[in-house]
This record gives sequence, C-alpha cells and structure tokens, in this order.
Amino acid sequence: MNRAVLLALQLLVALAFLLLWHVLTTVPIGGRKLLDPFFFSTPLDVLARTWKDLVGGELWRHLGITLLETVLAFATGATGGILLGFAFARRALLAAVFDPYVKAANALPRVVLAPIFALWFGLGIWSKVALGFTLVFFIVFFNVYQGVREVSPTVLANARMLGMNERQLMRHVYWPAALTWMFSSLHTSVGFALVGAVVGEYLGSAGGLGYKIQQAESVFDVTGVFSGMLVLTVFVILLDAVVTAIENRLLVWRPAPATSTS
Amino acid sequence: MTGSQDAGAPAVELAGIAIAFTLSDRSTYRAVQGIDLHVAAGEFVAIVGPTGCGKSTLLNAAAGLLQPSAGTVRIFGTQLAGLNRRAGYLFQQDALMPWKTALDNVAVALEPAGVGRGEAKARALDWLGRVGLRGFADRYPHMLSGGQRKRVALAQMLIRDPEILLMDEPFGPLDAQTRQIMGNLLLDLWAADRKAVLFVTHDLEEAIALADRVIVMFAGPAAGLVGEYPVPLARPRDIAEVRLDPEFHAIHRSIWGSLRSEVQRAYAQGEAAP
Repeated sequence: MNRAVLLALQLLVALAFLLLWHVLTTVPIGGRKLLDPFFFSTPLDVLARTWKDLVGGELWRHLGITLLETVLAFATGATGGILLGFAFARRALLAAVFDPYVKAANALPRVVLAPIFALWFGLGIWSKVALGFTLVFFIVFFNVYQGVREVSPTVLANARMLGMNERQLMRHVYWPAALTWMFSSLHTSVGFALVGAVVGEYLGSAGGLGYKIQQAESVFDVTGVFSGMLVLTVFVILLDAVVTAIENRLLVWRPAPATSTS
Repeated sequence: MTGSQDAGAPAVELAGIAIAFTLSDRSTYRAVQGIDLHVAAGEFVAIVGPTGCGKSTLLNAAAGLLQPSAGTVRIFGTQLAGLNRRAGYLFQQDALMPWKTALDNVAVALEPAGVGRGEAKARALDWLGRVGLRGFADRYPHMLSGGQRKRVALAQMLIRDPEILLMDEPFGPLDAQTRQIMGNLLLDLWAADRKAVLFVTHDLEEAIALADRVIVMFAGPAAGLVGEYPVPLARPRDIAEVRLDPEFHAIHRSIWGSLRSEVQRAYAQGEAAP
C-alpha cells in the first residue's frame, strides 16, 4: 500500500476518535451531553492544557526527571543483566545453584517493591531507578543467558577450529550473539525502564511525569491527567524511535524482515 | 611445526578407532568401530558411505572435536590431544559468523596467529579474490548465496594455511552446477600446495572426481570400512570432464559394486529393526 495513503488512514483514525470525543462531551444530544466533561474532559481542553504546560516550562523539568530515571534504570539494568547473563551461561554450576532464586525474584510483582525502595533510597530519583532496574535487569539477563547458550554449535566449532582462545571466542562469537538477543528485547526493556520510573513517581516523589499525573488525579483534574498521559505517550513514541534507530545501526548484518508494504 | 622428524609419518592416522554415544535411555550406541585409515601428506582421500554411517563422526575425531572411545588419532606421527591445531575444517552447515562481513570472516581467522588487523584484512582481500569474491568483501553472509558462503568459508579455512584439510560434505547443500564449480575451485586451490585432505561425502561420483583414494564405509551401527580404492586418474582434472573418462566409469563400477551391497544391507537392517 502507498505510504501516504497509509499515513492518511492512520491520521483519520485519530481524528475520528477526537471528533467523537469532542461531540460526546460538548454537543448536547437529546437535551444532555452523553459524557460529562468533568469526568471525561474535552480534547480541546486537554490540548490547551498541554500547550500551556509546554510553554510554561514547568513540564520540561518533569520530563527531564523522568528521562533521567529511565536512562539510568536502563543503563544499570542492562549492564547487570549482561554481566550476570554471561556469567550464568558460561558457568553451569552458578546457573544451577541460583536458578530457583532467579526464578523466584523474577516471579515477584515488582510494584510491591516500590514503597521499600522509597524507604531505602528516599523520594528522589534513585528509588525509581531501583524499581526500573529490577524490571530491566531480568529481561536483559534472560535474553543474554539464552543468547550465549544458543550460539550455533557449528559457528562455535568453526571458530574453535580457527584456533580462537576463550577470550577471542567471547569477543567474536558469544558477545555478538548475546547482543543480538539483547537488542531483540531492547524495545521491551526500554519500555519497562520507563514504566519503573513513572510508577515509582506515581507512588511517591516530588517530580516527574508520574508525579504530575498523580497530582492532577488527587484534585479530580481529569484534564490534567489526560494531558499528562498525552505527553507520556508522545515521549514513549520518541524514545521508541531512538531505540529503532540504534537497533538498525548496530544490527546491520541481520537479514531485513520481509515487508509487504512498498 | 613441520619438523623433519615426522617427514615419513602420515598426516592423519586413525588406528583402531571406535566411537560410542550414550543415548538418552543410558544405553550405548556404537557409531563406528575398528577403524584404521591414514592420509599421507599431500594426498586427497575421500570417505564415501551411506547416510548415517558415521563418516562425519570419524572426521570430528580427526579434528579433535570428538574424543574417540577407543583407539588413537595421530597427526604427523604425534598423538592428538585436544583440538587438531594443524587442520582446517570445512563444515557442511553454515559456519560463518553472521555478524561479520565476508572480509571480516576471513580476516578473523588470522587473529589467533597474532597477525595485525591491517595485514589480516589485506591478506583476506587477496583470498577473497582467489575464491572469486573480491567484489563481495562488504557483504554479510545473509546477503550471499549458498555457494558464495561456501567460498568465503573455504577462504577462511585456507588463509590460515593449515597442513591438513578436513571437509564434511562441504558442497552437500549446493545445487549440482555450483557443486561442480566449487569442486574445480577446490582442486585448483589444492593443486597449488597439495595439502593432505580428508573429504567426506555421500556422493560417489564426487569422491572419485576429486580424490586420489576413495574409502568406502558400511552402514552403522558399529560401522566400519569396506575397502579402499585408488583413483589413478590423471591430474589436473576437470570435475565435469573427468566423468566422461572411460577409466572413471571402470572405477565407479568397481566401487559401486561393493557400496551397493552395503546400501542394500543398510536398508534391510532398517526394515528388520524393531
């Protein structure tokens, strides 16, 4: 299908949704508005509020805090996951001993840790980074573990026949294989880093997008909540685009997935 | 490494080799048993046998990738311990690192020998030229055809200048035309410095066309050797033309006579098995 047509159709869906929302909340049908603007706000109000916040500059501070937390949570979680994933994949005993504990820790719903982290690390950014870390770590850990263990036996045997020592195998075989698996989960793990940050802020903080949404909710300011959600959504889309760009650059050797459009 | 003390010893010598695997039900499967064979320096030997007779297992033992359960592997007269450092191995499956370009895949083979990056790349480019892929240096393996990937693998193996070449049905996955081209390429490259070659294949015609000597195996379990047949065809050979030679047919007939009964026996065993 033509790219332009597709984009037009995608925009049409958004416009139809906004129009429906607008009509239901502002135009009286049969004597009354079907959706009460107090509970549902209106699209124009949300846009106006978002614009005001953006121009006011206050929003940027919150965005900056959330971005910082997300980046730190991802960086620490990914580093920890890679290191432990490698260690476990190369040392069978280590993996066997810690296996039940890793599974138990991963099974725990991470949200319940948020208040504990707030106690340990305070209400600043570090309790959010810690929460994001617990989410990102396990995704990266399991992927790297899998990636290192599932290196093609032929590629490995070939590299060994070429005379590579353990260090060279690590650099030329295990590391690229693990990286592939890590990148295949990059979208998920960056998303989870953001979830950790926002949920952490929501549950207790003095800044960030989660804090802003929570503030609006506590005074029944539905327009503020939706405005916060809008900003968060755009933020996630931009973040995802950055991840895709990095992925395309680093995984240039991978066959391109078959595309039906074009 | 090529000391004068081993000048007379065969490049590869398998003596009394048996290889057994422990199956999932803890029983033991004897793949091959009582194998004695040797490859002289500069000799091209092909092993032919029905599918599943343990040809590749034998090759892996010669490479040191697999520890035989009995018998000894000697490389130029020295007993093999660990990986065979004097051999290059060409696998049946794709063995190139998919995350490296053709050039890097070949150049990386020089890293264990401590060759600098710049020199390694220059030599790799030269080798890509020899296998006819100079223009494909920047391609990743998935951008190459099956035959092209085999050429890269061939360059990767040969750039290290190993004294022994072990090949496990390397051209098996390729189409008939590409196989002929690859066979001629292999013979050309081999003719330059005549390394010892142990070439495993299930294709008798390919074996006769390439080798100085053909070893026929019978089917497992506990597979062994049926016999050895010298191939006195003149070199240099052209894979396609040599097949039209009457002598080729005579050799083919005599080997096929013994191979056929083995193939039939393998079938009969397969049907008789519970």
